[in-house]
Amino acid sequence: MTLTGWAQTLVFFLIVLAMTKPLGLYMAGIFEGERTFLSPVLEPVELLVYRLGGVRQDEEMTWASYALALLAFSVVGFLYLYLVLRTQQWLPFNPQHVGNMSPELAFNTAISFLTNTNWQFYSGETAMSYFAQMAGLAWHNFVSAAAGIAVAIAVVRGVVRSSCKTLGNFWVDLTRSCLYVLLPIAIVFGLFLVWQGVPQNFNDYRTVRSVSGFVQHITGGPMASQEVIKELGTNGGGFVNANSASPNENPTPLSDLVEMLLIFSIGSGLTYTYGRMAKDTRQGWALFGAMAILFFAGFAATYAAEAAGNPLVHHIGVAGGNMEGKECRFGVSASALFATVTTDTSCGAVNAMHDSFMPLGGLVPLVNMQLGEVIFGGAGSGLYGMIAFVVLTVFIAGLMVGRTPELLGKKIERREVQFALLAILVTPILVLVPTAIAVLVPAGVATLGNAGPHGFSEILYAFSSTNANNGSAFAGLGPNGFYYLMTATNMFFGRFAVIIAVLALAGALAGKKAAPAGAGTFTTNSGVFVGLLIGVILIVGALTFLPADVLGPVAEHLALMNGRTF
Amino acid sequence: MLSKRRLERRVKARPLFQRGILVRAIGESFRKLDPRWTARNPVMFIVEVGAAMTALFWARDVLRREGPASFDFAITMWLWFTVLFANFAEAVAEGRGKAQADALRRAKSDVTANRLDERGNVTRVPAPALLRGDLVRIEAGELIPADGDVVEGAATVDESAITGESAPVIRESGGDRSAVTGGTRVLSDAIVVRVSANPGESFLDRMIALVEGAQRQKTPNEIALSILLSGLTIVFLIAVATLAPYSVYAGAQQSVTVLAALLVCLIPTTIGGLLSAIGIAGMDRVMQRNVLAMSGRAVEAAGDVDTLLLDKTGTITLGNRQAVAFVPAAEATPEQIAQAAALSSHADETPEGRSIVTLATQQGASGAPQPGATFVPFSAYTRMSGVDLPEGTKIRKGAPDAVVAWVREQGGKPVEGLSHEVERIARSGGTPLLLARNTEVLAAIHLKDVLKPNMRARFDRLRAMGIRTVMITGDNPLTAAAIANESGVDDFLAEATPETKMEFIRREQSSGRLVAMTGDGTNDAPALAQADVGVAMNSGTQAAKEAANMVDLDSDPTKLIEVVEIGKQLLMTRGALTTFSIANDIAKYFAILPAIFASAYPAMQSLNVMHLATPQSAILSAVIFNALIIVALIPLALRGVRYEPRGADAVLRSNVLFYGIGGIIVPFLGIKLIDVLLTVLHLT
Repeated sequence: MTLTGWAQTLVFFLIVLAMTKPLGLYMAGIFEGERTFLSPVLEPVELLVYRLGGVRQDEEMTWASYALALLAFSVVGFLYLYLVLRTQQWLPFNPQHVGNMSPELAFNTAISFLTNTNWQFYSGETAMSYFAQMAGLAWHNFVSAAAGIAVAIAVVRGVVRSSCKTLGNFWVDLTRSCLYVLLPIAIVFGLFLVWQGVPQNFNDYRTVRSVSGFVQHITGGPMASQEVIKELGTNGGGFVNANSASPNENPTPLSDLVEMLLIFSIGSGLTYTYGRMAKDTRQGWALFGAMAILFFAGFAATYAAEAAGNPLVHHIGVAGGNMEGKECRFGVSASALFATVTTDTSCGAVNAMHDSFMPLGGLVPLVNMQLGEVIFGGAGSGLYGMIAFVVLTVFIAGLMVGRTPELLGKKIERREVQFALLAILVTPILVLVPTAIAVLVPAGVATLGNAGPHGFSEILYAFSSTNANNGSAFAGLGPNGFYYLMTATNMFFGRFAVIIAVLALAGALAGKKAAPAGAGTFTTNSGVFVGLLIGVILIVGALTFLPADVLGPVAEHLALMNGRTF
Repeated sequence: MLSKRRLERRVKARPLFQRGILVRAIGESFRKLDPRWTARNPVMFIVEVGAAMTALFWARDVLRREGPASFDFAITMWLWFTVLFANFAEAVAEGRGKAQADALRRAKSDVTANRLDERGNVTRVPAPALLRGDLVRIEAGELIPADGDVVEGAATVDESAITGESAPVIRESGGDRSAVTGGTRVLSDAIVVRVSANPGESFLDRMIALVEGAQRQKTPNEIALSILLSGLTIVFLIAVATLAPYSVYAGAQQSVTVLAALLVCLIPTTIGGLLSAIGIAGMDRVMQRNVLAMSGRAVEAAGDVDTLLLDKTGTITLGNRQAVAFVPAAEATPEQIAQAAALSSHADETPEGRSIVTLATQQGASGAPQPGATFVPFSAYTRMSGVDLPEGTKIRKGAPDAVVAWVREQGGKPVEGLSHEVERIARSGGTPLLLARNTEVLAAIHLKDVLKPNMRARFDRLRAMGIRTVMITGDNPLTAAAIANESGVDDFLAEATPETKMEFIRREQSSGRLVAMTGDGTNDAPALAQADVGVAMNSGTQAAKEAANMVDLDSDPTKLIEVVEIGKQLLMTRGALTTFSIANDIAKYFAILPAIFASAYPAMQSLNVMHLATPQSAILSAVIFNALIIVALIPLALRGVRYEPRGADAVLRSNVLFYGIGGIIVPFLGIKLIDVLLTVLHLT
């Protein structure tokens, strides 16, 4: 590890810290229906959307109708994207004459983008027309992120409202997330990326002869516009296969920094929005604090593992950190940082190959995803996942002060525990069971790139990633019918089972009366609470995965230390 | 004071473990192995299923004469022990209640009642034949056959059968002391009682059912916690079940016995096994304080109370006011005043009257009443009492305006100077009386509410718990404020009527607060029912007792404070053991995972941080620790986590340190110790 490596990370974090409050404040205003400096321009558009969609702005929804609206919206979105992918050959903006996608790949991809996962069993440069990229994938990059933010806001309303049956209006929250939050940021930083050198055109790929005489196809297309929302919306699906490791998607150190900041921006900002809407900003900072500690712990572990390098490589006389699968432009520290950032959140964009990380370096991204991506987390999904953990922490630890546990004055009882637990326990079930099926059936191990614990890690990573809607991969795992179906199912339930559980949780909380805090009340904005929250996240969130993780990365690491590889 | 002394005696008289209870509990723990019983507790049910499965595999090993039969046997035994220990904890808790129920049942011996019909004819019927509404007559020396209200007469009653209190109490018709309880004995006089409970529904019946746990329903918090524990159990079941194929893939296939051992170690058996014992013991502790809680829910709610309403009289102050000073009018000498005051009150048997005599005697008045004097008793109309002496002197004491009017009537001219003093006394929280002889006002008598000792400390304790105390009084706001200030209560509700009480409770509740109150009169019944925790005094009316969700057999209004503490303790004990149980898993993983994967990945040995001797001893040690910790924690479950009234944050910090961090460290030590013992004794 180097001082520069840590300094970079610290600078990155300080910028995240600095932007949390302004962005959070702005979002709180948006969702509490205030006018902002963008209203003069955007309000006519917003009202037009409502008029076209027949949305009555002030109509409030119960948690169930909110969830139904989201599901209906998602079903239509799925059909639309599936159709685009199956017919892209005949649609415009297709200079490469890319063919139609096969039904199973189109199905998998449509689910993947619908659920904000962006798991890619294809290479963007050969399998996607520009139209499919822009009108199909980018559309979902915006609306799936907006839907996540909408759910997070609905859940926050559930926590802060009292004696109230409703959580807001899904269509309004969705529209406002898109128009006021995602679009303006995407436009500004899309232009920034263009300035840094990310292509934005409709040209065919360019074929050039390189200095060394090779023929090379240089990709182009409407890349910057999709790159920016890929990070901002924590989608992570690369325009090209190499994702942010490709110089076209991520040309400079500055673009690398900005991309990471975009990944964390919504997740960190929403913690402030939560505090603001709860009328106690310390509540938000407490969540931010827990997230920040887990972020640094994860980064330190990955960075240490990668910087220590591979002993077997050291034996053959190559000193230094592990550089396999890393861009020389970024090196060990920036790759470790990007990997931590992209798996803390449900982004899944990568600037290095996680499959090539040291076993313990790869363990951190794996664990991050298994925790349910609550460390800043996906756009919206990070906050609502964290609130489920908060409810559970309040319940377990809150009992120890000798009162029925309360979150912001609301008693955590049977229903709240039920739904919070459901939201959290969906993750281990949806990761461990499919992994078990995969190691049992021939189709599950047929396309493995590696044997032994590393092969096991590839399967475990695939299901951890799809369930958490991350979308990054240990690249060793190849596609086949089994994985098309299994990962699609996993992405779908990983997204919507959690959303339904947290909305039900919010519905239950919204209906409760809030008691004023007293000296005997368990406080959820103190340092002790932050510690407890981290403890519950690690113990309840990660303990169930421990046997599996031990058989994967840990076994591989221990074997490697004894000179064995797989 | 008496009740407190008796309380101490009672608590001391019942040690945590009694031989008889323990013996009975051992038998019970085997009876509770019935799967229909364990199925009510998902955590222990899974353990039992695991134990049954490992037993089968052990049997198979024995029959085939291959495989690790002795290891399978040891695991099987300890898994059964785990279930038995949990059953034992529950049985001990129940046994303590049963012992109490048996004592109560003795009071319910066969009683014959004298039933009166409309014409007053007496028929002798067995007590169980009495129905609600029947009238019965009970003479001195007889047992009261059923719960009811005294409708005629007054009697002293020995209620020691239910309260343990040996001093007799007075029960009389009308007023707030009319309720009698079946199974108690009339000591003197005779009363007619209207029966208020049908057979099987009496107070004693309910009490027996409650302490036996027969009617035990899970409380809301217990249900929520059960859901958490079941959820964790399901997930660990999945984690262990999926480990089977994983280990096949890794080339380290695991036996069902090993997987069952791992599963039982991971699921929260500690809290799962002790959960119902904690609840039963909590109710039992409330009973030991001589409070009868109608449901566990009420005790739990007591722990959540935000606002505590306390009646001033009898709770904060002693029921009677005492004279503390005579403020003389200009002409009167202290001797004259003392003498007049003594004379006016010799025949006055009220506590106030007696206290005036005491004060006067201290100030030099002669102790003896004057012969031939005529006592003029207090009436609501005159609002004065006094004495007419044979030589014609008339002395009166009473409400200032009444006395002033009387003096004018006698042709005197009352002095204005004292009106200032009268106001001062009222403002200080006291009650002013005027003392007059014939045509002159002699002095103002300062009657003062006497605070019960240690009240300020109690309120401070409540404040530290985060509970706001509100004094309820019929006094005017001025007096109320003074007493509130002196006693250290947080707030007061002056000039309270049943309606304003209700209004106050509703207002607190609508802002999300939980309200507790004590009461005894029929007037209090609606407010008792409205409050989240209502404690009726046993001496009170049947209406109050029915509206409340707890009855204090000692009729001590400050008992509520102890109930609140027990409620808090109950929740804390659950939280502490849940935290402890979950934190234990870390050490158990470190014991078992290296042990089971060492064959496939020898390097895993480096995760064996406890250096456990062999894979088998590692697994067995974890299972034994897991079983023994249940037994080790039974006393804690029965006694409850120690509660100190401090702010929530301070309580949390120390409990997290003790049960959370302790829960991580203790099993490392425990498992290592068991492993060393197993190795030394060659048990593996």
